[in-house]
Amino acid sequence: MKPQVWRRAGVSLLLVLGLALPLVVSNGYYQQVIVLAYIWAIATYGMNIILGYTGLLSLGQAGFFGVGAYTAALLMLKLNWNFWPALLAALVVSLVLGYLVAIVSLRTRGHYFAIFTMAVGVILNLVIDRWNGLTNGEVGLVGVPGPGSIGPVSLDSDLGKYYVVYVFLVVAVWIAWSLRHSLPGRALLAIRNSEDLAEAIGTPVMRFKRLAFVLSTAFAGVAGALFAGYMGYLGPDVTSINMTFNMLLYLLIGGIGSIAGPLLGALIVSFLTQFLQIFQDYQMLIFGPVLVLLIIFFPGGLASVPRLIRRRRARDHAAAVAMAEAAAIEGSGSAKEGA
Amino acid sequence: MDEWGVAMTLLLQEILNGIVVGSIYSLVALGLTLVYGVMEIPNFAHGHLYMLGAYIAFFLLTSAHFSYWPALLGAVVVLVVVGLLVERLVFNPLRKAPQVNAMIASVGVMLFLEALAQAIWGPNYLQMPTPYGNVLHIGALSVTQQQLLVVVAAIVMMVLLNLFLKRTMIGAAIEAVAQHREGALLVGIPSGRIAMLTFAIASGLAALAAVLVTPINLLFPAMGTMVIMKAFVIIVLGGMGSIPGAILGGYILALAESIGGAYISTNYQDLIAFAVLVLILSIRPAGLFARRA
Repeated sequence: MKPQVWRRAGVSLLLVLGLALPLVVSNGYYQQVIVLAYIWAIATYGMNIILGYTGLLSLGQAGFFGVGAYTAALLMLKLNWNFWPALLAALVVSLVLGYLVAIVSLRTRGHYFAIFTMAVGVILNLVIDRWNGLTNGEVGLVGVPGPGSIGPVSLDSDLGKYYVVYVFLVVAVWIAWSLRHSLPGRALLAIRNSEDLAEAIGTPVMRFKRLAFVLSTAFAGVAGALFAGYMGYLGPDVTSINMTFNMLLYLLIGGIGSIAGPLLGALIVSFLTQFLQIFQDYQMLIFGPVLVLLIIFFPGGLASVPRLIRRRRARDHAAAVAMAEAAAIEGSGSAKEGA
Repeated sequence: MDEWGVAMTLLLQEILNGIVVGSIYSLVALGLTLVYGVMEIPNFAHGHLYMLGAYIAFFLLTSAHFSYWPALLGAVVVLVVVGLLVERLVFNPLRKAPQVNAMIASVGVMLFLEALAQAIWGPNYLQMPTPYGNVLHIGALSVTQQQLLVVVAAIVMMVLLNLFLKRTMIGAAIEAVAQHREGALLVGIPSGRIAMLTFAIASGLAALAAVLVTPINLLFPAMGTMVIMKAFVIIVLGGMGSIPGAILGGYILALAESIGGAYISTNYQDLIAFAVLVLILSIRPAGLFARRA
C-alpha cells in the first residue's frame, strides 16, 4: 500500500478514537481533564504557528486567551448573547486586537519582540484583573452559559461539550496541517530559518509574520471562549503569563513546529499532572528542568522521536551494509591470498 | 500646615518612596543588563534568582540565627554559586543555538526556582526580620532605617561596580566582551570565563537587592515575576546592555510609578511600566538607545 493510504487510515483511526473516547472514559473527572487538555492544545496550536513555524517567541498568548474568554463570557452574561455568536465575537475581537498588536510589535525584532509581547500579555492580564466594574476582578465571572442546544440535541451535557471542543480541536489541527503544507506555511518556515534570506528572495516577510501572529491570537481567543463556555466560570488566573509558560511547556514536550506536538504535549502534561501525585506536588520542579533538558538536547520534542529513530535506523543500516561490504572485500582478499 | 504644604509633603514622600524602590529596580536591572550585554540572553530567571536570594537570607536569619549582615553576605555568596551553576549547566550549552532557545531555557530555570522555593518554604507570604525597623522623621516626612539602608547600599554598590568595570583588568574584559564578542576573543579574552563571572556578579547583585528590600515588602515564591518584568522594561528604556541606562531607567520608572500611583490610581500602578514599554517600542522598535552594533 502507498504511504498516503496508511496515513489516511491512521488519521481516520485517530478521529474515530477521539469520537469514541468519552464513551469509553465515562468518568466525568477524567473527561474534564481531557477536554481542558484539548482547549489548551488549541491555544498551543496558535503558539506553534508563531513560535514553531515562524520562530518568534510571543509571550502574550495567555492575554489573548483571556481576551477571547472574557469577550465571550461578558457578551453572554451582560448582553444575554448565545454561546455561538459570542464565540464568533471572541474570534473577531482577538483577531482585530491581534492585528493591532501585530502592526506595532512586529516592527521589533528578536529579544525585543519577546519582551514587547510579554508586556502586552501583562497589560491584558492586569486590565482583566483590576477592572472590577467590567470583569469582576479577582472574583471572576460565574454562571457563564454553555453552548446550548442545536435542535433537539443538547450540547450542554458533558458529552455534548466534549464533542463541541473536539470539533474545534480537529479544525485547529486541520488548519495547522494545511497551513504547514501551503505556500504561506513554507514562507513562515523560511522566515524562521532566516528572515534576511526570506526577504532577499522576495517573500513579503512582514505580511506573513502578521498572518502568523493574527492566527496565533485567533487560536488563543477561540480557545478562551471555549474555556469560558465549558467551565461556566472564569477568573483572571487563566490570563497570567504562567499560562503562556504552560503552553510553551506543552509545545516543547510535544514537539515544536510539528503537527502532533501541541496536542501530544497538552495531553501528556495534563495526565502526568493529574494522575501522578509526585507531579501534582512538584509539577514545575520536574517540568522546569525537563524544559531546559529538552531545549538543550532534544529541541524537536516527542514528535521528533520517530524521525530520530528512522534516522538512527538508516545510519545503523548504512553501517551494517558498509561492514558487510568491508567483510566481503576482506573475505575475497583473504580468499585470494589462500589461492 | 496650609494646603500647599500638605500637597508638597505628599509629593516629597512619594519621591522618597520612588527613590527607595528605584534603588532596588536599578540593582536588579543592572544584573540583567550586564548579562544581556555579555551573553545576549534576556534572562527570564533573573527575578527568580532575586527571589531565591531573599529566601536564603530568610533561612539564615530565622533557622540558622545569623544576624542581618552575615545573612546578607551568605545569601550573596550562595547566589553567586547558583549563578555560576546556571551559566555552566544551562546557558553555556546553548551558546550556539538559536536565540529563542536560550530564552525558553531561562523560562525553564524560572519555573524550577519558583517551584523549589514553594516546595521548601511553602506558598505563604513570609516576613523577613530586620534590626532596622525604626522610623525616622525628617520634617514632615517619615522614612524607615531600612529604606535609608536600601538607598545607601544601592548607591555604594553602583559606585563599586562602576570602579570594578572601569578600573580593573577583569572589568575591562567584561566591557570588551559586551562591546564585541569576537573582537574580545581575538585579543585573547576568555569569553566563556567572562560569561561565568558576569552571571555570578548579576546573581549576587540580585540577591543583595532582594535581602535589602524584602524586610520592607514580603517574601513569597512568585515575588520575582513582577520584578523581572519591570527590569525588562527598565533595560529597554535605558538601552539593553547599557549600565548607566539601567540605573537611570530604574529610578525613572520607580518615580513614575510612585507619583503616577499616588495621583492617578494605585489600582493601575503596575500597569504604568508596561504601558511605557509598549509606547517606547511602538515609537522606537529598537529601544530608546539602540546599542551600537
